[in-house]
Amino acid sequence: MINILLSIMTASTPLLLAATGELVAEKSGVLNLGLEGMMLVGAVIGFAATVHTGSASLGVLAAVLAGIAMSLVFAFLSLTLMANQVATGLALTIFGTGLSALMGAGYVGTALQPLPKLTLPGLSDLPVLGPLLFHQDALIYGSFILLIAVAWFLYRSHAGLVLRAIGDSHDAAHAIGYPVIAIRYAATAFGGGMAGLAGAYMSLVYSPSWSENMTAGRGWIALALVVFATWRPGWLLLGAYLFGGIMYMSLYIQGLGVNLPSQFISSLPYLATIVVLVMISRDRLRIRLNAPACLGRPFFAAG
Amino acid sequence: MWLALEPRGQRSAFWTYGSPVLALLLTVVTAAIIFAALGQDPAKALWTFLVEPLTSASGLPELFVKAAPLILIGVGLSIGFRANVWNIGAEGQFTLGAIFGGWVALRVGEGSGWWVFPAMLLASILGGMIWAAIPALLKTRFNANEILTSLMLTYVAQLLLLYLVTGPWKDPEGYGFPQTAMFGDAATAPILIAETRLHLGVFVAFVAALLGWLILSKSLLGFQLRVLGSAPRAARFAGFSESGLIWLSLLLGGGLAGLAGLFEVAGPIGQLTPSISPGYGFTAIIVAFLGRLHPLGVVLAGLVLALSYLGGEAAQIDLGLPNAVTGIFQGILLFYLLGCDVLILYRLRFGGKQLGGKSLRGASR
Amino acid sequence: MPLLQLEGIVKQFPGCLANDQVDLALMPGEIHALLGENGAGKSTLVKIIYGVQQPDAGQIRWQGEAVEIANPAQARRLGIGMVFQHFSLFESLTVAENIALGISDARQRKGLRSRISDISRSYGLLLDPDRAVHDLSVGERQRVEIVRCLLQEPRLLIMDEPTSVLTPQEVEKLFATLRRLAAEGCAILYISHKLEEIRALCHEATIMRQGKVVATCDPRQETAERLAELMIGSRVSAPDRPASSQADKPVKLAVSHLSLKSDQQFGIDLKDISFGVRGGEILGIGGVAGNGQSELMAALSGETPVAAAESIRIGDVAAGRLGPAQRRLLGACFVPEERNGHGAVSAFSLTDNAFLSAFRRRSLTRHGLIEGEKTRRFADDIIRLFDVRGRGVRAEARSLSGGNLQKFIVGREILQRPDLLVVAQPTWGVDAGAAAAIHQALIDLAAQGAAIVIISQDLDEILLLCQRIAVINLGRLSAPRPVGEVTVEQIGLLMGGVHGTAPDEQLEGEQPRVART
Repeated sequence: MINILLSIMTASTPLLLAATGELVAEKSGVLNLGLEGMMLVGAVIGFAATVHTGSASLGVLAAVLAGIAMSLVFAFLSLTLMANQVATGLALTIFGTGLSALMGAGYVGTALQPLPKLTLPGLSDLPVLGPLLFHQDALIYGSFILLIAVAWFLYRSHAGLVLRAIGDSHDAAHAIGYPVIAIRYAATAFGGGMAGLAGAYMSLVYSPSWSENMTAGRGWIALALVVFATWRPGWLLLGAYLFGGIMYMSLYIQGLGVNLPSQFISSLPYLATIVVLVMISRDRLRIRLNAPACLGRPFFAAG
Repeated sequence: MWLALEPRGQRSAFWTYGSPVLALLLTVVTAAIIFAALGQDPAKALWTFLVEPLTSASGLPELFVKAAPLILIGVGLSIGFRANVWNIGAEGQFTLGAIFGGWVALRVGEGSGWWVFPAMLLASILGGMIWAAIPALLKTRFNANEILTSLMLTYVAQLLLLYLVTGPWKDPEGYGFPQTAMFGDAATAPILIAETRLHLGVFVAFVAALLGWLILSKSLLGFQLRVLGSAPRAARFAGFSESGLIWLSLLLGGGLAGLAGLFEVAGPIGQLTPSISPGYGFTAIIVAFLGRLHPLGVVLAGLVLALSYLGGEAAQIDLGLPNAVTGIFQGILLFYLLGCDVLILYRLRFGGKQLGGKSLRGASR
Repeated sequence: MPLLQLEGIVKQFPGCLANDQVDLALMPGEIHALLGENGAGKSTLVKIIYGVQQPDAGQIRWQGEAVEIANPAQARRLGIGMVFQHFSLFESLTVAENIALGISDARQRKGLRSRISDISRSYGLLLDPDRAVHDLSVGERQRVEIVRCLLQEPRLLIMDEPTSVLTPQEVEKLFATLRRLAAEGCAILYISHKLEEIRALCHEATIMRQGKVVATCDPRQETAERLAELMIGSRVSAPDRPASSQADKPVKLAVSHLSLKSDQQFGIDLKDISFGVRGGEILGIGGVAGNGQSELMAALSGETPVAAAESIRIGDVAAGRLGPAQRRLLGACFVPEERNGHGAVSAFSLTDNAFLSAFRRRSLTRHGLIEGEKTRRFADDIIRLFDVRGRGVRAEARSLSGGNLQKFIVGREILQRPDLLVVAQPTWGVDAGAAAAIHQALIDLAAQGAAIVIISQDLDEILLLCQRIAVINLGRLSAPRPVGEVTVEQIGLLMGGVHGTAPDEQLEGEQPRVART
């Protein structure tokens, strides 16, 4: 039982990390559909850096920087040059898929030690709660801390208020003197860094190895999670663990040798994403009330 | 700021068509740099990538064969994108078209009859449409984002195909390979020019582009789609049915993608396997944009992107470069294109004091 | 010494010189009007003062010292506050959050709540800091903006067209606040094109035309006619007023007990609306913005069909459930409030925009294909007959000025020879020449026997054109009454939501003055 819950946590963490980053970007009005591409590049860079330096920390750092670099390409095109955000995000995913495949070609089949688990003396030995809460890798703790930090930032800090205001009306924010584009750049970069981190989690902890297209749509599922959460951090946590659970279930059922083709079970997370998306979206009012009003809209400082 | 944008106030006709050309040039330059970074002689690598595939006798026909699915899908996507319907799941609709058409082929087996191939065509269109109808229904009925639903269905479609070719449809005489039996003669796409692989699908792709152009630029229907994409409120004002147009664009895109899938499995491949597409459904998105969402432009763009596939294969064989290079170039091309498109509505000013100090509309004071 | 002095301000935009050698001086405690038509350069000038834009040439002096105002935060530090015409508020945030966003200094944000209550009490600007802005009326929103400015104890307050969204009574309250501020030594730069207001409120006026200052004067010493002449540069003749009795003409539009739940996030529900319009008649529907005008327009045009078919009759057809296309075939045409993106597609040529709403009534299609030549000729007719100035039928809609695009849209609908025309905000943001042309075209259409409904926030416009007026407030419509029988005060009360049968004893009261829009 504890092992199941542990596996669910491992499956949920990349979703939570990527969705937390995208939440911040979307709150500022930026819709970055390139999550999948950024995750893949983060995964391969994180893996390669760890292999070469022998240090997982440096690997994670490299992955974050790679995600940021990818997101800045997106930001330059969609924010500075005002290219369509949907198309630019797709381009980022196509490019990231190719780039990660090229860079990762030499690493297919290489194995790595998973990240060490942090042990808290005393607490880790508690029954049930010990292994669940106090014997995890640093990134799982990090995902919770980052989510809480993001929630605090968005709803308790003035900078977060400014960010939400820009997502609500970039024209009004510009009129009272906030640097709309600069703040959107920052939010996009944060989203990119988190996607890189999520990718690193895939290749350093979840697998831990590199294979082409290893994220298998998790970037897209994370995008759907942000809608599912109706742009609220608390719901994001719930959604990430729900989907982590479904992903784990599909592996678990296959392990039980149930008499069902494995492909049907593998398609569960994708079908679940559609179902959840439909359930949330049908309440148009709720979506409209919570979605940042300027999401995906280009901004040009008209003065 | 080192770069300032100044609105033109009107679309620039020159840059509408100049932007893709500039983007292509920039991509070639970037490609040369990447080749150099990979330790290749840039000139030789570019030659291998861009020219060599066309020099052999089979070069040109092969280009058209590769372009056919891209054009078919690209035409459908450009019509949808014009209407602001973001069908990203053409890859899945392509797969379903192949599955539906393939089912007819497998049922017929070695049997013959004039009706076999037309039946396969209809089945594939139906398959693509069914797969596209799901996001259409979810979008119009439940307001669910078609980008995410159509993309999720792509994963499902690929798993479905994998299930069929490893399970019920697996060729018992296939030495355990995950594939179906080869299609019979009646279930194979007719070849247009003997000794080549140039099949009927190439012709159909050109007809589709022509019809697409007619619909989009000359018909009331195309007008409605363009209005919906540019100004949804104006579409409502004019009395156009938004959900009807969403259905139509998705069904059209799905049907064409399904058709493309069929021509691929009934043409060059000849059977169902787990890897029937090198990502045509996604590359066609680039084709649609590079072709300016204009069906005739899509033909040209389809040929360009087809060359990138052939070039990628040639580079893999001759230079030992990984196939992924193709994907990178395709992504870079789309980046450049999206970036260059800023020139259609804006003028660049270098060394300007500040970005965005200028007015969006000259008259807004 | 002037508080603020501008010398030779120049601002060039692509294609137009927005400010051309503008001088302006403002004394402390002075209420100074900046008067001019739409497009005269007023907004550009105040954006320069508030640091939103930078002048290309010229000098700004603040209390005698030359300053460069790089951004709004710096303007606020100097003591300049601004209330925008289109409010710079964030719908999804609360009043307190909105106010906090307007304060650059983190220290000033401490104890904000109590200071909001203090200010709003002492100036009579009642506000609940925890309410979300989307719940507020337009007048309340303006209060949020004003309180946001006042919290920073400004030396200069800029008000950009503040009264266009207020009822006459709310205007009086606003003026009281402004006078009090001025008495406390705050200078006020008051931007408007409403002459009576300026004569009532301001001590000094600077009049702009085509980017230049054409006159400065004491508005209290001038007549409204003289100010109008200075502002416009020439006299614009008032349209011929239509005859008043159409009692024998057929009813072209009958709305009875129309109720409709809004499907918009922050929309207004329509409640039990009834009125009728006969051929040859122009009915005006006044009211403060955001009281159900757009919902009413959507219900009349069929963009939002209503369940009860009988609640809207066009001619003798119950049309409630019909969409816009079918209503057009019944002879109804529409001009929506928003030009770009609603009445016209900005990125389309005028030919395509002519086709947009007219292809059915002008039969511009054959076998599902567009008849290009016929459509071009129709677009050309509109341009010729309605004097649309631009680069011809191939020009994109967005390249036209507001006035010319509006003439095109109105022309497109009128040339379809409608029996019924519903127009929202016919001259919003349109220059005086185009406004006069549009007004005349509407009157001519009515004279040919069509029924016209004008939904407008501009009371002057309604009083100028309409035989009868009704007022919409929170989704309810007052009973239409002949224009000659109501006073501006009575209309103001209706706009503010004071319903009830109108008192007949005051009918001879002061006739509304017709100021130019």
